This record gives sequence, C-alpha cells and structure tokens, in this order.
Amino acid sequence: MRALLAKDLLILRRSRLLVGVLVVYPVAIALLIGLAISRSPGKPKVAIVDQTTPGQTVQVGSKRVPVSTYAEQLFSQVQPERVGSRAQAVSKIKSGSVLAAVVIPANIAARVGSGLRQAQLEVLYNGNALEQSLVHAQIESALAQANIGFSEQIQRAASQAIGALLTGQNLGVLGAPELVGLGKIGPELHAIAKRLPPGTDRARLEQIERFATFAAQNLSLAKNVLSTIGQPIQVRTTLVSGRRTPLNTFAVAVAVSVSLMFVCVLLASGGVALEREEHTLSRLVRGLISRSGLLAEKALLAAVCSFALAFAMLAAIGAFVVLDWSRVGQWLAALAFGAAAFAALGVAIGALAREVRAASLLAFLLSLPLAFLALVPSGAVGQGLDDVISAISFVFPFKAALQALDAAVNGASPSLGGPLVHLAVLTAAFGMLARFGLRSLD
Amino acid sequence: MERGGEDQRSEPVLSVAALGKRFGERVALRDVSFELRAGELVAVVGPNGAGKTTLLSILAGVQGASSGDVTFANGARPSAAATGASGHRTDAIGWAPQQAALYSKLTVRENLRLFARLEHVDDADRAVALMLEQTGLVARADDRVEQLSGGNRQRVNVAVALIAEPRVLALDEPSSALDPGQRARLWQFVGALASRGTTVLFSTHHLGEVRRYASRAIVLADGEVLFDAPPGGLLVGGETDLEGAFLRLLEERGHS
Repeated sequence: MRALLAKDLLILRRSRLLVGVLVVYPVAIALLIGLAISRSPGKPKVAIVDQTTPGQTVQVGSKRVPVSTYAEQLFSQVQPERVGSRAQAVSKIKSGSVLAAVVIPANIAARVGSGLRQAQLEVLYNGNALEQSLVHAQIESALAQANIGFSEQIQRAASQAIGALLTGQNLGVLGAPELVGLGKIGPELHAIAKRLPPGTDRARLEQIERFATFAAQNLSLAKNVLSTIGQPIQVRTTLVSGRRTPLNTFAVAVAVSVSLMFVCVLLASGGVALEREEHTLSRLVRGLISRSGLLAEKALLAAVCSFALAFAMLAAIGAFVVLDWSRVGQWLAALAFGAAAFAALGVAIGALAREVRAASLLAFLLSLPLAFLALVPSGAVGQGLDDVISAISFVFPFKAALQALDAAVNGASPSLGGPLVHLAVLTAAFGMLARFGLRSLD
Repeated sequence: MERGGEDQRSEPVLSVAALGKRFGERVALRDVSFELRAGELVAVVGPNGAGKTTLLSILAGVQGASSGDVTFANGARPSAAATGASGHRTDAIGWAPQQAALYSKLTVRENLRLFARLEHVDDADRAVALMLEQTGLVARADDRVEQLSGGNRQRVNVAVALIAEPRVLALDEPSSALDPGQRARLWQFVGALASRGTTVLFSTHHLGEVRRYASRAIVLADGEVLFDAPPGGLLVGGETDLEGAFLRLLEERGHS
C-alpha cells in the first residue's frame, strides 16, 4: 500500500492543474456560500419623495409630533435618496439606480391627526418576478419598522398629554401652569363637600366628586393601554439545547465542510476511476493488492489530503473570526470522521464510474445539491418535501459532517457524539458499496 | 477437438483442466483444457467473442473461473478470484493486457519500479535495469509513458509483465496497435524470451504471426477449443492459406 500511496502522491504532484482546481474551486465555493450565509442583505436603495411642507406636525392632544420624524424613521431603514418629484422617482426606478421609491403625501399630517382615516404612502417599484418579490419584502419590512417608530412617537405624545391631564403638569403651549390635574379634583371636591351642610348643594358636589374620581381612574388605565398598544407583544427567546451559534461561525462550519467534501470526494473518486482509465486496476487486483486494500489506499489518500486542507482553512479563518481553540481536539475529530465518510462516498463513486471525467462529474453533481439540501432549514418547505430532504441528507455524509463540525467549532446542538456515529455508519455503508462496485471487474 | 504435436517429454508449467466461465446466462468458456510446457510460444486464435481475453485474464488471475482448475508447476493458482480465497499473489504468470496498463504520468523507470515493488521483487532496481536493457528501453527510461509511441508503450507493458521473471507470460493481442516494424521487434523480443525458457501464451487475430512465430495454436470459438496443435496442422493436403484453413475449420464446426 505504501508503494501505491507514493505513486498517487507523485501523480498528484505532476498534475498541478488538477490539484490547483481541486483546492481553489471548492475553497472559492465554500467562501461564497459562507459569505452568503453570514452577510445579511444590505439596506435597499430607495428614492424618497417627501411632499409634506417643512415643519408640518401632527397634533396629538396638547402635543405635536413633527411629520419629519416619520421620514427620519424611514431613512434609518433604507439607503435614502431624496428626490423632488414622483416623476423623478419613477425615472430613477426605470434606470435601476434605486430599487424602489416611497412617496410621502402632503396630507399625511392631516390624516394621522384626524384619527379617522389612515395615512397612505405610495410605493413604486419595478423588475422581474424575483426582484419584485425581493423589493416587496424589503420595503414592507422597512415601512413596518418606520411605522412602529412613528407610532411610538405618537403614543409617547399622547401618553404625556394624558399624564398632564391627570397630574396637572405644566401644559406649556396652553400656558396654564396652575392647571389642577384630574387626579386631584376628586380629593379637593371631597374636602369642600365635607365643609358644606347637608343639602342639595353638598349632594350635587359629592356626585361630581364621584365622577372626577371615576374619570381619573379610567384615564390612568387608558395611559397604560396606550403603552401596551405601542408594542402589544414582547418576544422572549429560549434556545432549547446547545448554545447560540453566531451566524458567522456557523458560516465557517459550512465553508469548511463544503471544502472538505469537494476535495475528498473528487480525489477519492478520481483516484479509483484513474486506475480503471489507465487499465491498471486489473493488473493490481490480480493478486498485487486486494480490492479492499486498493479502496482503502485511495480513501486514505483523499481523506488525509482533504483533512489537511480543511484544517488549514479552519486555522486561516480563525485569524479573522473568533474561534474557540480550546476545542481543537473536537475540530480534529469532526474533520477526521467527516473526511472518512466523504472518502468512502468518493471511492464508491469512483468504483461505479468507468473514467475520471465521469467520476468527477458524478461527484460534483452529487455533492453540490447535497450541500444546498442540507442547508434548507426544516420548516422552510412543506412537510412532504422536508421529509424527502431529511431522508436524502441522512443517507449522505454532508449534513452529518456539518453538524459534527458545528458542534465541534460552536458547541451547537446536536452534540458531537451523534454525528460522529452517523458518519462512521455512512463510512462503512459507502465502503461496502465501493467494494460492490469493484466487483463488476469480474 | 484436434490435438497433436505436444512435447510430452517435459513436465507442464501450466495445466488447464475443464475450465468454464459464465457471465449470467452467457457461456464464455466451456470445458477448456490444455497444458503448456517450458519455452513454448502458444497462440490463442478465434473470432471476436470467442473467449480469448476471458481465458487469458482467468489464467492471469484477473477474474475467477466458474468451474475447472488452473495449476502452475509450482502449485500456485492464478488468483484469488479463481480459488475464492483472497490476497493470493500470482507470481507464476506475467500478464500484459491488450491496452497498456501503465501510469501515463510516471516515467518508464517509475512504472517498472512500482510494479517490481508490488510484486515483492527482491532487488527491484536490478530487475528494472535488466528489464530496461532487455526491452531496449534504456534511452527512454526517464520519459513519461504519456510521451511514448504505441510501440514503446506496448514494450513497457510487456516489460512490466516480465518484471518478476514469471515462468509463463500471457499477452493479450500484444501487436494489435503496432506498425509492421514495431511488430517485428516485439516478436523478436518475445521469441528470445521463449528461447530462454519462458512459456508465452498470446492471443491474436493475425494468423500470419501465428504461422511465423507460434509453436502451437489453440483455436477457440464460442468458448470451446476447436483445435490445439502446431499451426501447420490446420492446413489440409497442399493447402497454404492458413486464414482460409481457419475459416474452413470454423465453418465445419458450425461457428461461422
């Protein structure tokens, strides 16, 4: 086996283009996938047509909220580009310089202030079905965030006005600093009524006192209701098991797993297929080496090379992303078991294919969808499709390798043991399939 | 089956007894028996699909037989697959498949050294040097196989088969891809091997080569041995056309 290993290393050394492609291509794909996962979508570039007059306000009881607050809220959610008119906005959309445009109408203050009719914005956008879907989702989200921010401003103003009514604070613009609060009227009337002799006037005053007390209590309740309406439901999140995995370190696990898979599967499948293509397989298995020994040699070479590349990649990424080096033993275990399973899959492909190009194509066509399927979150698709994806991901090593690496690097759930056992079983299964594939020589 | 001309004086180096091979329902070899003696140069001829390559690959240990027995003089059996065991080395026979089984990215010397090590040859470097000299490949020793002509590749292919100095050499259509000059040089080399005592069994479609070089011809058709004797035995009366005699034999036996 040592002679064959030395021979394969020599052939690899002389196939520089192949080695270059084997290293550069999967690393490039892995980095692209990693970047796509770790980077959330940027803020959309949106043209804003603000038709409101400067300084316009919405009257909320005794308070005023500037309409510009809404525009500011909206600006914080997008990359804003102010334009003067609707026509200019349409022109910018057509030229593709902005994704969409939002028109803030002049009557927004009047409508919000009326409390009867909702204010309406106009959203303009363009593009194909995919772009329309993206724009719609992003603008809806940005507007929802802006609406929440603006409604909080209004709710705060309304709450302050009610507070002033209850406590009698200085109302400022009304210029009535001595105004008695509704909450104090009841006790004041009660004290006055007690000093009056029993009679009609006292009874009438006590009736007004009861109303004042009732009104103060209900106004206080209204203030609480307002704050509840401002953010009716708060979210408290709990992770059921494992620890929370930051998106960028999960992306590291994905990128390294993809590289490990591509290099290992392509090397192992190509190594076995090369023996067929060079017609040396029959010469070797006529007694020079057993079929199982030959498969083990190819798998070992692929696993060691891909393991070294994946570990180097992980260490290099560690220079840019904070990784927990105290878990390095677990990284090595995850990479080793993953490499073994991918190598077994690779030799199975190589044993079933007749030539290197067919083996490489088959390895590539199989590996890429497996990676994408394993990344589809459960629940993101229908139950039936989710079951199919789960079954496919279960019988191929990518998902188990990703889980093992995620557990090793990030301490994510499931813990390392389960995926390692899964990978060991898959290694044995694909090893047997490879052995069966080589029987076709008979 | 016609037999004759076998040298009964020496012990056989290879005995094939009632060999059979099936691929599912298809019978590739049926009750094939013969013996080979030291220094014989035996041709296996027959139409396409006759079973020539299957016979040679079973003798070489590449695949197992469905029935029958193959025994070498030292008692070695051709392979693992033939006996159902595993890991049994086949150093009694060298094998050169029809298409050169070589690593094209390695040099001639590296290919020879690799197979010498895999064959557990005691002094691999000496064996490689000897084989390069015998096959006239010394000048091309450090060329990669991918840079060689078809004729030189076939010489390396045969050299690899001979690296462990086997007593029997099986060559599967060794001259099929060679030009006349290369063929002549190949047969000169093979003839020299036989004269030194190596038994050579080769398959071919060139009946001219059979007549010129083979001491014996085994005619196979549909997996059966139709004839096993010196090639001249195919000719009847004053007949001189070996190819015509071969076709007549097939027709007479219902294999046309």
